Amino acid sequence: MEGTLFNIFAGLTVLSALLVVANPFSRNPVTSAMFLVTTMISISGLFVLLGAYFLAAVQILVYAGAVMVLFLFVIMLLDLREAARRKLNLVSLAMGIMAVGALFLVYKSSIESTYGEASQQQEVAEDNAQVEAKVVGSTRALGQALFSGENGFILPFEIVSILLLVAMVGVILLSRKEPR
Amino acid sequence: MEPTLSQYLLVSGALFAIGLLGVIVRRNLLIIYMSLELMLNAANVALVAMSRFNEKAETALDGQVMVFFIITVAAAEVAVGLALIVALYRKRQTTDVADLATMKL
Repeated sequence: MEGTLFNIFAGLTVLSALLVVANPFSRNPVTSAMFLVTTMISISGLFVLLGAYFLAAVQILVYAGAVMVLFLFVIMLLDLREAARRKLNLVSLAMGIMAVGALFLVYKSSIESTYGEASQQQEVAEDNAQVEAKVVGSTRALGQALFSGENGFILPFEIVSILLLVAMVGVILLSRKEPR
Repeated sequence: MEPTLSQYLLVSGALFAIGLLGVIVRRNLLIIYMSLELMLNAANVALVAMSRFNEKAETALDGQVMVFFIITVAAAEVAVGLALIVALYRKRQTTDVADLATMKL
Protein backbone atom coordinates (compact mmCIF):
# COMPACT_ATOMS: atom_id res chain seq x y z
CA MET A 1 0.00 0.00 0.00
CA GLU A 2 2.62 2.47 1.08
CA GLY A 3 4.88 1.35 -1.74
CA THR A 4 2.14 1.94 -4.29
CA LEU A 5 1.41 5.40 -2.93
CA PHE A 6 5.13 6.19 -2.94
CA ASN A 7 5.39 5.14 -6.59
CA ILE A 8 2.41 7.29 -7.53
CA PHE A 9 3.60 10.39 -5.72
CA ALA A 10 7.24 10.03 -6.72
CA GLY A 11 6.32 9.51 -10.35
CA LEU A 12 3.95 12.45 -10.30
CA THR A 13 6.58 14.66 -8.67
CA VAL A 14 9.29 13.88 -11.21
CA LEU A 15 6.93 13.96 -14.19
CA SER A 16 5.37 17.31 -13.37
CA ALA A 17 8.78 18.78 -12.46
CA LEU A 18 9.93 17.77 -15.95
CA LEU A 19 6.86 19.45 -17.42
CA VAL A 20 7.68 22.66 -15.50
CA VAL A 21 11.11 22.79 -17.08
CA ALA A 22 10.51 21.36 -20.54
CA ASN A 23 6.92 21.19 -21.70
CA PRO A 24 6.77 19.96 -25.29
CA PHE A 25 3.26 21.34 -25.85
CA SER A 26 3.46 24.84 -24.49
CA ARG A 27 6.04 27.47 -23.65
CA ASN A 28 3.57 29.57 -21.72
CA PRO A 29 4.83 30.42 -18.20
CA VAL A 30 1.31 29.90 -16.79
CA THR A 31 1.44 26.23 -17.81
CA SER A 32 4.76 25.87 -16.01
CA ALA A 33 3.28 27.50 -12.92
CA MET A 34 0.35 25.07 -12.96
CA PHE A 35 2.67 22.08 -13.18
CA LEU A 36 4.69 23.58 -10.33
CA VAL A 37 1.49 23.41 -8.25
CA THR A 38 1.14 19.72 -9.15
CA THR A 39 4.75 19.13 -8.13
CA MET A 40 4.25 20.84 -4.78
CA ILE A 41 1.07 18.88 -4.03
CA SER A 42 2.69 15.54 -4.82
CA ILE A 43 5.71 16.50 -2.71
CA SER A 44 3.32 17.11 0.16
CA GLY A 45 1.96 13.62 -0.51
CA LEU A 46 5.50 12.32 -0.03
CA PHE A 47 5.68 14.27 3.24
CA VAL A 48 2.52 12.54 4.46
CA LEU A 49 4.08 9.17 3.62
CA LEU A 50 7.13 10.22 5.64
CA GLY A 51 4.98 11.08 8.65
CA ALA A 52 5.55 14.83 8.40
CA TYR A 53 1.88 15.80 8.58
CA PHE A 54 2.41 19.38 9.67
CA LEU A 55 4.95 20.05 6.94
CA ALA A 56 2.61 18.53 4.35
CA ALA A 57 -0.06 21.03 5.35
CA VAL A 58 2.43 23.91 5.38
CA GLN A 59 3.75 22.86 1.99
CA ILE A 60 0.28 23.13 0.46
CA LEU A 61 -0.55 26.38 2.26
CA VAL A 62 2.71 28.17 1.49
CA TYR A 63 3.77 26.77 -1.87
CA ALA A 64 0.55 25.74 -3.60
CA GLY A 65 -1.19 28.72 -2.01
CA ALA A 66 0.89 31.80 -1.39
CA VAL A 67 3.92 31.31 -3.63
CA MET A 68 1.93 30.18 -6.63
CA VAL A 69 -0.49 33.10 -6.35
CA LEU A 70 2.54 35.38 -6.29
CA PHE A 71 3.98 33.70 -9.39
CA LEU A 72 0.70 33.91 -11.30
CA PHE A 73 0.25 37.54 -10.25
CA VAL A 74 3.65 38.46 -11.59
CA ILE A 75 3.17 36.49 -14.82
CA MET A 76 -0.09 38.30 -15.48
CA LEU A 77 1.28 41.65 -14.35
CA LEU A 78 4.15 41.42 -16.81
CA ASP A 79 1.79 40.34 -19.60
CA LEU A 80 4.46 38.30 -21.33
CA ARG A 81 3.87 38.18 -25.03
CA GLU A 82 5.70 35.20 -26.33
CA ALA A 83 8.58 37.03 -27.91
CA ALA A 84 9.77 35.86 -31.28
CA ARG A 85 10.68 32.30 -30.54
CA ARG A 86 14.41 32.11 -30.32
CA LYS A 87 16.31 29.21 -31.71
CA LEU A 88 17.45 27.06 -28.84
CA ASN A 89 21.19 26.98 -28.61
CA LEU A 90 21.70 23.28 -29.22
CA VAL A 91 25.27 23.24 -27.95
CA SER A 92 24.33 24.75 -24.61
CA LEU A 93 21.30 22.45 -24.40
CA ALA A 94 23.46 19.37 -24.94
CA MET A 95 26.07 20.65 -22.50
CA GLY A 96 23.41 21.31 -19.87
CA ILE A 97 21.82 17.90 -20.21
CA MET A 98 25.22 16.20 -20.10
CA ALA A 99 26.39 18.08 -17.02
CA VAL A 100 23.15 17.56 -15.12
CA GLY A 101 22.94 13.90 -16.15
CA ALA A 102 26.48 13.31 -14.98
CA LEU A 103 25.74 15.02 -11.67
CA PHE A 104 22.66 12.84 -11.19
CA LEU A 105 24.61 9.68 -11.97
CA VAL A 106 27.27 10.59 -9.42
CA TYR A 107 24.57 11.23 -6.84
CA LYS A 108 22.79 7.99 -7.67
CA SER A 109 25.91 5.86 -7.43
CA SER A 110 26.89 7.48 -4.16
CA ILE A 111 23.46 6.66 -2.72
CA GLU A 112 23.77 3.12 -3.98
CA SER A 113 27.20 2.63 -2.48
CA THR A 114 26.02 4.02 0.85
CA TYR A 115 22.63 2.32 1.06
CA GLY A 116 23.33 -0.45 -1.45
CA GLU A 117 21.81 -3.92 -1.67
CA ALA A 118 23.68 -5.40 1.27
CA SER A 119 22.87 -2.66 3.72
CA GLN A 120 19.38 -2.27 2.30
CA GLN A 121 18.28 -5.70 3.51
CA GLN A 122 19.62 -4.92 6.93
CA GLU A 123 17.90 -1.55 6.92
CA VAL A 124 14.54 -3.09 6.03
CA ALA A 125 14.93 -5.63 8.83
CA GLU A 126 15.73 -2.84 11.29
CA ASP A 127 12.79 -0.84 10.04
CA ASN A 128 10.40 -3.69 10.63
CA ALA A 129 11.83 -4.22 14.09
CA GLN A 130 11.15 -0.67 15.23
CA VAL A 131 8.05 0.27 13.30
CA GLU A 132 6.55 1.62 16.51
CA ALA A 133 9.39 4.06 17.09
CA LYS A 134 8.86 5.91 13.81
CA VAL A 135 9.20 9.65 13.90
CA VAL A 136 5.90 11.41 13.45
CA GLY A 137 5.92 15.13 12.78
CA SER A 138 2.49 16.04 14.05
CA THR A 139 1.79 19.67 14.87
CA ARG A 140 2.24 19.00 18.57
CA ALA A 141 5.53 17.13 18.19
CA LEU A 142 6.99 19.73 15.85
CA GLY A 143 5.87 22.57 18.11
CA GLN A 144 7.56 20.93 21.07
CA ALA A 145 10.74 20.41 19.06
CA LEU A 146 10.66 24.07 18.02
CA PHE A 147 9.87 25.77 21.29
CA SER A 148 10.76 23.57 24.23
CA GLY A 149 13.90 22.44 25.92
CA GLU A 150 17.38 23.88 25.86
CA ASN A 151 17.91 22.70 22.30
CA GLY A 152 14.79 24.46 21.10
CA PHE A 153 14.77 26.81 18.15
CA ILE A 154 13.30 29.94 19.71
CA LEU A 155 16.05 32.32 18.59
CA PRO A 156 16.04 31.13 14.95
CA PHE A 157 12.26 31.39 15.00
CA GLU A 158 12.42 35.03 16.08
CA ILE A 159 15.13 35.78 13.52
CA VAL A 160 12.92 34.32 10.80
CA SER A 161 10.07 36.59 11.86
CA ILE A 162 12.38 39.61 11.49
CA LEU A 163 13.48 38.27 8.11
CA LEU A 164 9.87 38.12 6.95
CA LEU A 165 9.33 41.73 8.05
CA VAL A 166 12.49 42.86 6.25
CA ALA A 167 11.42 40.98 3.12
CA MET A 168 8.02 42.64 3.20
CA VAL A 169 9.49 46.14 3.54
CA GLY A 170 12.07 45.38 0.86
CA VAL A 171 9.46 44.13 -1.58
CA ILE A 172 7.34 47.25 -1.13
CA LEU A 173 10.41 49.41 -1.67
CA LEU A 174 11.55 47.49 -4.75
CA SER A 175 8.22 47.43 -6.52
CA ARG A 176 7.28 51.08 -6.06
CA LYS A 177 6.71 52.94 -9.29
CA GLU A 178 9.35 55.62 -8.73
CA PRO A 179 12.29 54.38 -6.68
CA ARG A 180 14.25 57.32 -5.39
CA MET B 1 6.41 -2.83 1.07
CA GLU B 2 7.61 0.35 2.66
CA PRO B 3 9.88 2.53 0.51
CA THR B 4 13.46 2.84 1.74
CA LEU B 5 15.55 5.90 2.44
CA SER B 6 17.53 5.48 -0.76
CA GLN B 7 14.34 5.60 -2.84
CA TYR B 8 13.36 8.91 -1.29
CA LEU B 9 16.88 10.26 -1.82
CA LEU B 10 16.71 9.17 -5.45
CA VAL B 11 13.49 11.14 -5.97
CA SER B 12 15.11 14.13 -4.31
CA GLY B 13 18.18 13.81 -6.52
CA ALA B 14 16.05 13.58 -9.66
CA LEU B 15 14.10 16.67 -8.60
CA PHE B 16 17.31 18.58 -7.97
CA ALA B 17 18.75 17.55 -11.34
CA ILE B 18 15.59 18.66 -13.15
CA GLY B 19 15.68 22.00 -11.37
CA LEU B 20 19.34 22.51 -12.23
CA LEU B 21 18.60 21.62 -15.84
CA GLY B 22 15.89 24.26 -15.91
CA VAL B 23 18.25 26.90 -14.52
CA ILE B 24 20.88 26.05 -17.11
CA VAL B 25 18.75 25.54 -20.21
CA ARG B 26 15.73 27.83 -19.94
CA ARG B 27 15.96 31.49 -20.95
CA ASN B 28 12.86 32.92 -19.27
CA LEU B 29 13.65 34.49 -15.91
CA LEU B 30 10.36 33.33 -14.37
CA ILE B 31 10.91 29.71 -15.39
CA ILE B 32 14.44 29.87 -13.99
CA TYR B 33 12.93 31.06 -10.73
CA MET B 34 10.47 28.16 -10.68
CA SER B 35 13.36 25.76 -11.25
CA LEU B 36 15.10 27.28 -8.23
CA GLU B 37 12.00 26.46 -6.20
CA LEU B 38 12.20 22.87 -7.46
CA MET B 39 15.78 22.62 -6.20
CA LEU B 40 14.81 23.96 -2.77
CA ASN B 41 12.03 21.39 -2.58
CA ALA B 42 14.44 18.61 -3.51
CA ALA B 43 16.48 19.56 -0.45
CA ASN B 44 13.30 19.54 1.64
CA VAL B 45 12.39 16.01 0.52
CA ALA B 46 15.89 14.78 1.39
CA LEU B 47 15.78 16.42 4.84
CA VAL B 48 12.35 15.03 5.75
CA ALA B 49 13.38 11.55 4.57
CA MET B 50 16.57 11.71 6.65
CA SER B 51 14.53 12.81 9.64
CA ARG B 52 12.14 9.88 9.19
CA PHE B 53 14.93 7.32 9.16
CA ASN B 54 16.86 8.93 12.00
CA GLU B 55 17.30 6.55 14.91
CA LYS B 56 18.22 8.96 17.69
CA ALA B 57 15.03 9.97 19.45
CA GLU B 58 16.27 13.32 20.78
CA THR B 59 17.28 14.72 17.39
CA ALA B 60 14.57 12.96 15.41
CA LEU B 61 12.61 16.05 14.46
CA ASP B 62 15.57 18.31 13.68
CA GLY B 63 15.28 17.64 9.96
CA GLN B 64 11.65 18.66 9.93
CA VAL B 65 12.39 21.81 11.91
CA MET B 66 15.04 22.65 9.31
CA VAL B 67 12.49 22.15 6.52
CA PHE B 68 10.08 24.44 8.38
CA PHE B 69 12.70 27.19 8.34
CA ILE B 70 13.59 26.54 4.70
CA ILE B 71 9.95 26.92 3.67
CA THR B 72 9.68 30.22 5.55
CA VAL B 73 12.87 31.64 4.10
CA ALA B 74 11.92 30.42 0.62
CA ALA B 75 8.63 32.29 0.84
CA ALA B 76 10.45 35.52 1.71
CA GLU B 77 12.98 34.86 -1.04
CA VAL B 78 10.27 34.34 -3.65
CA ALA B 79 8.64 37.64 -2.74
CA VAL B 80 11.90 39.58 -3.01
CA GLY B 81 12.97 37.83 -6.21
CA LEU B 82 9.67 38.43 -7.95
CA ALA B 83 9.75 42.09 -6.92
CA LEU B 84 13.22 42.32 -8.47
CA ILE B 85 11.92 40.73 -11.66
CA VAL B 86 9.04 43.21 -11.81
CA ALA B 87 11.40 46.14 -11.26
CA LEU B 88 13.75 44.80 -13.94
CA TYR B 89 10.87 44.34 -16.36
CA ARG B 90 9.79 47.95 -15.86
CA LYS B 91 13.25 49.10 -16.90
CA ARG B 92 13.99 46.70 -19.72
CA GLN B 93 10.63 45.31 -20.95
CA THR B 94 11.96 41.77 -21.14
CA THR B 95 12.43 38.69 -18.97
CA ASP B 96 14.76 36.87 -21.33
CA VAL B 97 18.16 36.37 -19.75
CA ALA B 98 19.90 36.73 -23.12
CA ASP B 99 18.70 40.34 -23.21
CA LEU B 100 19.72 40.95 -19.61
CA ALA B 101 23.36 40.05 -20.06
CA THR B 102 24.63 43.50 -19.09
CA MET B 103 24.23 45.00 -15.64
CA LYS B 104 23.70 48.47 -17.04
CA LEU B 105 20.13 49.70 -16.68
